[in-house]
Amino acid sequence: MEFTAPEIDWLLVSPLLAVFAAALVGILVEAFTPRALRRPVQAGIAGTGLLAALVLTVVVALELPSQGGGAAHGEVTVTGAVVVDGPAVFLWGLLALVAVGGLALFTERRVDAGLPVFAGQASVPPGADLGSGPGIGTGGAGETPGDGGAPASYDRWEHTEVYPLLTFAVAGMMLFAAAGDLLTMFVALEILSLPLYLLCGLGRRRRLLSQEAAMKYFLLGAFSSGFFVYGAALLYGYSGTLSLAGIAAAVGAGGGPTVLLLAGVALVMVALLFKVGAVPFHAWTPDVYQGAPTPVTAFMAAATKIAAFGAVLRFLYVAVGDARWDWAPLVWVVAILTMLGGVVLAVGQSDIKRLLAYSSIAHTGFLLTGVLGLQGADELGVDQVSSLQAVLFYLATYGVATVGIFAVTTLVRDAGGEASGVDRWSGLGRTSPLVAGAFAVFLLSLAGIPLTSGFVAKWSVFASAAGAGAWPVVAVAITSSIVAVYFYVRHIVTMFFADPPADPPAVVVPSPATSVTIGVALLATVALGVVPGPLLELAGDAGSFLR
Amino acid sequence: MDDLTPFLVLSAILFSIGCVGVLVRRNAIVVFMCVELMLNASNLAFVVFAKQHGNLDGQVAAFFVMVVAAAEVVVGLAIIMTIFRSRRSASVDDASLLKL
Repeated sequence: MEFTAPEIDWLLVSPLLAVFAAALVGILVEAFTPRALRRPVQAGIAGTGLLAALVLTVVVALELPSQGGGAAHGEVTVTGAVVVDGPAVFLWGLLALVAVGGLALFTERRVDAGLPVFAGQASVPPGADLGSGPGIGTGGAGETPGDGGAPASYDRWEHTEVYPLLTFAVAGMMLFAAAGDLLTMFVALEILSLPLYLLCGLGRRRRLLSQEAAMKYFLLGAFSSGFFVYGAALLYGYSGTLSLAGIAAAVGAGGGPTVLLLAGVALVMVALLFKVGAVPFHAWTPDVYQGAPTPVTAFMAAATKIAAFGAVLRFLYVAVGDARWDWAPLVWVVAILTMLGGVVLAVGQSDIKRLLAYSSIAHTGFLLTGVLGLQGADELGVDQVSSLQAVLFYLATYGVATVGIFAVTTLVRDAGGEASGVDRWSGLGRTSPLVAGAFAVFLLSLAGIPLTSGFVAKWSVFASAAGAGAWPVVAVAITSSIVAVYFYVRHIVTMFFADPPADPPAVVVPSPATSVTIGVALLATVALGVVPGPLLELAGDAGSFLR
Repeated sequence: MDDLTPFLVLSAILFSIGCVGVLVRRNAIVVFMCVELMLNASNLAFVVFAKQHGNLDGQVAAFFVMVVAAAEVVVGLAIIMTIFRSRRSASVDDASLLKL
């Protein structure tokens, strides 16, 4: 058998390579750098890699060749494994941006009196690295300071492997959004998931919760990736190829055993819908969002959703776009269940991170509504927002607001860590108007109130879905948006008009990195609400997927 | 070509056993083993389809799945290990601090 070396367009995949390189260098450095230097060095390497990826993404975006009469631009490279097209590059840029924000939150140690966010070592028993001695954080205002017992040095230890783990996750996400065949997609899925499972379990505060979140996320995530692989095997059986374009050709030609196609699409979609947190595969979301260290939640909530929706769109539009009438009913049902489930369950939540988790489930439903807006280029009216454009814009606004809102969540603290109970936040608007104000703006954006980015995003996905005839879903989406406004606004009212509790939580001043992240997210949220045009145009210029 | 249906049926049975196992077993290690069973059922399906289509893509995919499964074991056992250290239990029912 003859072996031909694959042709790789190095420039086009350079953003991916930059992030992978940063992760690998990070691992090497971890082995050779003295403990005291590790944190600045690791953060520097990760930051350099991500910023380099951002710059290279812009370069690649300007270099993309036009294909197929201008509807799509980009190129298939690495023998079909990586498709660098407009949407992929848009998502790369977005992921790199969100990851820089996440990295900034990872470096934070001022909010917890000099203690890092992450455990000293993964093997350190719960509470042994909190300075005050053993105290097992199990929730609420958990940690009771004990006396002594633990080596004092654990306090200053930090698990600096979190930086390479973060970069690996970002690399996997970027590959996930640009995968050209199901095998690459599966490998990318695991590259992004495995570091996230570990990151979830490394919280310094509330260690047991953090470990439990890691285990739940891991077991359910592994379960869902089992579905992905079996679905990929069935689609391979149907079409004789793993490449998305090849599957599309087989679907277009018809003739294969339809049962394999339908079962394969269903199984792959189970795994992808799990990753985006859609009902009925959402059970992990609240537990993991609440249990994971908040900087990890911020990064994961935003970036995983961006990458996974990139993969959902690519799989549904490119591989099985011609079988639209087979999968659309499934997505209709899931979208409706997701929106209703998300908002109904969010109403009764008393923990802020859990509330935001259910709100993120509802947002998954809104994004799926946008996915339903798929139409051929010829069916699309003049000036109509295409569904891809709408979903990309939605992902950008959602990602930015999510990083911002979780960053603000880290600032309000009790003795045992973050004060995450909703009632602990009452009256915050009087004592710290700045923090409460920022939180309120993010909440309004998530609720989709005009003049914030969330409104434009929601409007565009609803418009695109309605244009494609998914009226019932849009009706449910509008109804659940209204219900959602109730619990977002209720929280704002509590913050500004209720009396503070007798022992109000402390509001800490974070390090410049966190402050800048919150500031930029706030600015972007408002700016995109007032002048959404440029970003919408950019998402539109991304064109369609390259087949 | 020989009839390959029995192999596909076997792979579907293995996948179902794994799937049901994940849902009903309590011990995290056993749950995890059931996930591995699902992955191996997929490998069998990949190899059968590769034979049917007469190309190597499926066999290559099976190798990749094996490698990824190995990486997953490393991460998974590490997580189960740390939780066992702090709780002295690997039961998924005991891990129930996070709920509504």
